[in-house]
Amino acid sequence: MKLAYGSPFRRPSTPGHATDGMTTVDLNRVDIRELNQRLHDLPADDLRGEWRVQEPGGGHAIAVGLDAPITIAIEGHVGYYCAGMNQQAEVTVHGHAGPGVAENMMSGIVRVTGSASQSAGASAHGGLLVIEGDASSRCGISLKGGDIVVGGSVGHMSAFMAQAGTLVVCGDAGEGLGDSIYEAELYIRGSVGGLGADCIEKTIGDEQRQRLVGLLEQAGFEANADVFRLYGSARQLYNFDVDHAGAY
Amino acid sequence: MCGIVGLFLKQKSIESSLGTWLEPMLVGMSERGPDSAGFAIYHDVAPEGSVKLTLQHPESGFDWGTITQGLGTELGGRVALTVRGLHAVVVAKGDEAEARVWIEQNHPSVRITSAGVAIEIYKEKGLPREVAEIYGVRRMAGSHAVGHTRMATESAVTTEHSHPFSTGSDLCLVHNGSLSNHNRLRADLERCGVTFETDNDSEVAAGYLAHRMANGVTLDQALESSLVDLDGFFTFAVGTRDGFAVLRDAVACKPAVLAETDQWVAMASEYRSIAHLPGAHEARIWEPVPATVYTWARN
Repeated sequence: MKLAYGSPFRRPSTPGHATDGMTTVDLNRVDIRELNQRLHDLPADDLRGEWRVQEPGGGHAIAVGLDAPITIAIEGHVGYYCAGMNQQAEVTVHGHAGPGVAENMMSGIVRVTGSASQSAGASAHGGLLVIEGDASSRCGISLKGGDIVVGGSVGHMSAFMAQAGTLVVCGDAGEGLGDSIYEAELYIRGSVGGLGADCIEKTIGDEQRQRLVGLLEQAGFEANADVFRLYGSARQLYNFDVDHAGAY
Repeated sequence: MCGIVGLFLKQKSIESSLGTWLEPMLVGMSERGPDSAGFAIYHDVAPEGSVKLTLQHPESGFDWGTITQGLGTELGGRVALTVRGLHAVVVAKGDEAEARVWIEQNHPSVRITSAGVAIEIYKEKGLPREVAEIYGVRRMAGSHAVGHTRMATESAVTTEHSHPFSTGSDLCLVHNGSLSNHNRLRADLERCGVTFETDNDSEVAAGYLAHRMANGVTLDQALESSLVDLDGFFTFAVGTRDGFAVLRDAVACKPAVLAETDQWVAMASEYRSIAHLPGAHEARIWEPVPATVYTWARN
């Protein structure tokens, strides 16, 4: 239920209180659309602000479409598409996330302290998604340049058709890893349930190792970079064959 | 798209809360399924040697007295009757088959939505909130329940097409997804003597499980074999006499969340339908692994 505060003639403000630059919003009292609108109304060059979102209750599309260098802590589990299309913002979900967390992220950092459902970081163009627990199936599907670091394992068909960017998995990967992959790099520490079409193991170069170490450090995971294996495209599928270039 | 929920209470002492906790679970899935809603609830176990049937008639003025009188004469003994909306629960001495045959022969317009000793199934067109209100879900006690909110994709919006579907004595199925080989499978099952009321794909899944179990396999085995025999997308929740089971197909594009505390186990398409449960914040929460059967039952 929406609660209007103050004069009935002004735009209702979001209930909450600001102390030391921290704004607290309780989603039992404010609907998600209103929270998001308030976050969208922040100017892109706004001073760095801190937000706390309480009682998310598995709600959908929380903190979606942000474009400001703010920090948001969501205290609880979220539903679909949390922090989707994120730019600049640093969003932390203190709980689990539903399908499509940080999908189509452009920049910024999204962190999930629990596990994430399917399609985490789908088609992310930039930014960093950190999942401290497990990610489900299709993690990093159609990845387009973003980085994803998973503390646990990922489910089947992860990095399907991933085009650019990096997926780091500290646990295991499910079946069909990297099916029809383009130029993304997949670093897996544990076992792989099976490689998808045209996905092969590759040797890790110095530059790649540095990138892996950097991502693990950024994510805050103490994992030995030397035990990871790199998977990527064999570039054998139809669209990689120059003989087919004239067909278009 | 549809929403499915299941709630299983581990302790007898909290059974009076089942309906109060179940109603917001159903209502929470309204956006996934605004066309119709239904639920199976397990409570008020019929006395030894009796059968409990949930019946449904499309007209609100139907005289249920004719059923209780007729059944009483046929089976001998008093028949208890509870009317809720367009449904009525009758408890009669005797066995299920006899009661079924008498109703089918004498009142062909009456549908049997469930049969067993503990199960009752209620379902209706309309928003989950309205359906929950009509049947007084929040006032119902019980050991466990499964529910469904439907957004119709492959067949009509009617009460008959609504879930749960009965799959045998004290068994029922709710389904989120769509099956692609249901016409072929329906024809195969019909040749084995299974009858269907609708062209609904989920009813075929229910008929499949019922048929398998009637041929002597366990629920777990029937669910395992459904992974091979059913083509399409599904997350199933199956209500059993003592608990419930959950299964997702191997592709697992239909969502499911499981949550467990010392007091209860809950399943829902989305966490939104679990968040209100007492202790949900501290519950162990996970996503069921594809192609893996999960079951809970009271000892």
